Amino acid sequence: MTHFIDRRLNPKGKSLGNRQRFLRRARAQIRDAVQKSLKDAAVGDVDKARKIKISTRGTAEPRFRLDPAEGGERDFALPGNKEFTPGDEIKKPPSGAGGAGKDAALSGDGEDDFEFTLTQDEILDIFFEDLELPNLIRTTLKEMSQRSWRRAGITTTGAPTQINLPRTMRNSFSRRLALRRPSRAEISALEDELEALLSTSPQLPEQQERIAALRQQIERLDARRKWVAFIDPIDVRFNAFTEQPVPTSQAVMFCLMDVSGSMGEREKDLAKRFYMLLHLFLKRRYERVEIVFIRHTHDAQEVDEQEFFYSRQSGGTIVSTALDKMLEIQKARYATADWNIYAAQASDGYTQSGDARRCVEMLDAQIMPLCQHYAYIEILDEREMEVFASEESGAELWRAYRALASRWSNFATKRIAKPSDIFPVFRELFRKEVSG
Amino acid sequence: MTELLFNDAEWDFSTLDRTFRAIEDIAINELGLDVYPSQIEVISSEQMLDAYSSMAMPLMYSHWSFGKLFAREETLYRAGYAALAYEVVINSNPCICYLLEENTMPMQALVMAHAAFGHNHFFKNNYLFQQWTDAEGILDYLSFAKRYVSACEERYGREEVELTLDSAHALMNQGVFRYRRPPRPSRERQREKVRARLRYEEQAHNELWRTLPVGVDALAAPPVDDADETETGESKLPEENILYFLEKNSPSLRPWQREILRIVRSLAQYFYPQRQTKVMNEGCATFIHYTIMNRLYDKGLISAGALLEFLHSHTSVVFQPDFDDPRFSGINPYALGFAMMADIKRIAEDPTAEDREWFSGFAGTGDYMAVLRNAWANYRDESFIEQFLSPHLMRKLRLFALHDKAGAGAYQVTHIHDERGYRNTRATLARVYDVALADPNIQVARANLQSSRTLHLTFRPHHGVPLHQSSKEQVRAHIQRLWGHEVELEDEGAD
Repeated sequence: MTHFIDRRLNPKGKSLGNRQRFLRRARAQIRDAVQKSLKDAAVGDVDKARKIKISTRGTAEPRFRLDPAEGGERDFALPGNKEFTPGDEIKKPPSGAGGAGKDAALSGDGEDDFEFTLTQDEILDIFFEDLELPNLIRTTLKEMSQRSWRRAGITTTGAPTQINLPRTMRNSFSRRLALRRPSRAEISALEDELEALLSTSPQLPEQQERIAALRQQIERLDARRKWVAFIDPIDVRFNAFTEQPVPTSQAVMFCLMDVSGSMGEREKDLAKRFYMLLHLFLKRRYERVEIVFIRHTHDAQEVDEQEFFYSRQSGGTIVSTALDKMLEIQKARYATADWNIYAAQASDGYTQSGDARRCVEMLDAQIMPLCQHYAYIEILDEREMEVFASEESGAELWRAYRALASRWSNFATKRIAKPSDIFPVFRELFRKEVSG
Repeated sequence: MTELLFNDAEWDFSTLDRTFRAIEDIAINELGLDVYPSQIEVISSEQMLDAYSSMAMPLMYSHWSFGKLFAREETLYRAGYAALAYEVVINSNPCICYLLEENTMPMQALVMAHAAFGHNHFFKNNYLFQQWTDAEGILDYLSFAKRYVSACEERYGREEVELTLDSAHALMNQGVFRYRRPPRPSRERQREKVRARLRYEEQAHNELWRTLPVGVDALAAPPVDDADETETGESKLPEENILYFLEKNSPSLRPWQREILRIVRSLAQYFYPQRQTKVMNEGCATFIHYTIMNRLYDKGLISAGALLEFLHSHTSVVFQPDFDDPRFSGINPYALGFAMMADIKRIAEDPTAEDREWFSGFAGTGDYMAVLRNAWANYRDESFIEQFLSPHLMRKLRLFALHDKAGAGAYQVTHIHDERGYRNTRATLARVYDVALADPNIQVARANLQSSRTLHLTFRPHHGVPLHQSSKEQVRAHIQRLWGHEVELEDEGAD
């Protein structure tokens, strides 16, 4: 007896448990690989599924195996001899791979690199891990943009559960009226009359005529009741719903960074994560997010992302030029009525003397009233971090910004030396989000 | 003119059923196959990937290595490097065959003939499978294993269980019995022995002994050779099944760990026959699907178009590139197996003088199915090639034997497909398929259970081929974890 079973509808993801076990197992390698691939990723692309390559060191599955390349002798047979006779020699390929040796290469060395695709969730998990985001925020960030079901009138098709009864009955009633569907009472009145006439024993000719007419009429009405249905499919109406995005507005994110010689590879990498995190947050909150990259030395330029992170410029450091540039761009392209404005500034804390005061003035007077949030990070190395253990001490820019932060609640400053320091800059921002 | 089973590429369950019956009719009544009942399951490509990554079994315990395999297969598949198999078949009763939903109807017919009759017949009849696998019980056992492992994870922690499984997996190839042990003597035989001893004592009874003073023992009966009575399975050394030895004798394993070792060992044993019969198993299935599909066409049950589609897929399955072809990656078991079986058919039906000389047993008998059924039942790859590879086929494949000495700059051609080389080339090829030679020969030599508790393993190299150095150390560490004390691996080829 043969059984055919359709398994296609069985629940999917049977291997999910194993996949999670594997990811946990290869955690260290995967994290390195993800960090590396994030380094090359665009700020806006953090939360995309991506292919990564890890070495198999941590997930090797060793077995005892023979190593014929190392010593000993063996015999084997191959197909496709065209020219050889016993005693001939075939040169081994230089790497030792070739002929049957290929097999060893396939099962052994070939495994050193292992490439597979991580999903968006898995990537974000790893991205957040370094940043030490609180769990609640991880989940709110991972959620897709919000959509909700809204009523969208009445349709003629739909699921039986969504039948709109009042509408359906109203249609049915008007159709029955229009087509003059005889009512039950109408027929039973005629039937009663017929009954009465039939029970009279001597029937007059006119009575007999009446009986025949009544019978005909009842028959006609019955037929009419049959073809004018009580509820016809054309009466039925359904409630319709459509999925609509929750109305959100658009935001622009200004990334400001000092690119003078003092900002090295490490500083830029930290800054990049800072921007990535802000972008993730904004993306979740706004339907549309634009990013503007402004780099500055002693003068500021708007550049593309590639140039922003990877090219260097020499020159002094005047922070206020970047603020000027930002204002200029904002006025030209991002009217406050349409855009929510966020700014994120990264710097190593040095600026020309006297410039800090100018920055504060600009921020106070022009920029802060425009911005939803302004985040400033000062990237130090670990040693400096110890020197500046107290929030009070610091370079000119830092001290000036500290004063500013006490006046504006949407201005955040933080000194960072490692990825896990970044998040507190946004704490205020996320708190609002989580509670709201 | 009979009606076609199907007309187009689309399939549905009633067409599958109709086609299955037609195939079954040919398989059972014309070819005389003997199969388990089939259970045919249609699955999606994702489920096929799932099946791939759990040793092609419908149920499997959880382990990260399966996740790794899945990630790799999925990436390869999505990138288009690897196509999925058309089917997966499981050696169980009923025999479970997976069909991929994307197959066209001619492909489904091919796959049913291949899996539900080809592999199925082989599983049911080959002596290795009969001896070592339990088709009735495997699914129940797997579901037990799955539940047991997950219960252990819950109770003892995922980490712990994972470590044990890692170590057990490392020893999977050293976890099989290659030879059957002598069966435990039955109770009847034991009684028989006791009776024999009593009889001897009676015969040796001598009244004189009773006259001896009290305190002198009577002459005892001579010691009886009762070796198989003392053999209780423990510490019978040397032992090549390392997993078995550890399971029974490791001083440090906890009972649940022993059970996990036992599960891994049972699986290794279950798959061991498949490793030994790759060429035969695939050859058998390929030969049967080829024969059945052609019969379907001859009987007017499938169209010429369907036959062409089948032939297209069949020829790519049995394609064997030459050794110097860039596509060459070893000998294709489908190609070799199918070619040998088709050759057996030729020898049985239309032999040459040479065939009569080499295969006097069946050349020209005409009943090729009888020869094949016998071969499928009683041989494994190595013995099958040694016995049935004909000079005709060796010439056709242009097989030649090479000798490889590590360190030498060139391979030496030792024998080719000519009068002097047939037997040696064939023997060389057969030896390549001897799994026992491909696996390193490592045995438990001694175990000191009294004092140092050191476990001594010996590696006996064959033709001086050494163990791979770094993996050797890693596996030794795994054995040490299971044994709990020092483990020494002596290399007898080192000096």
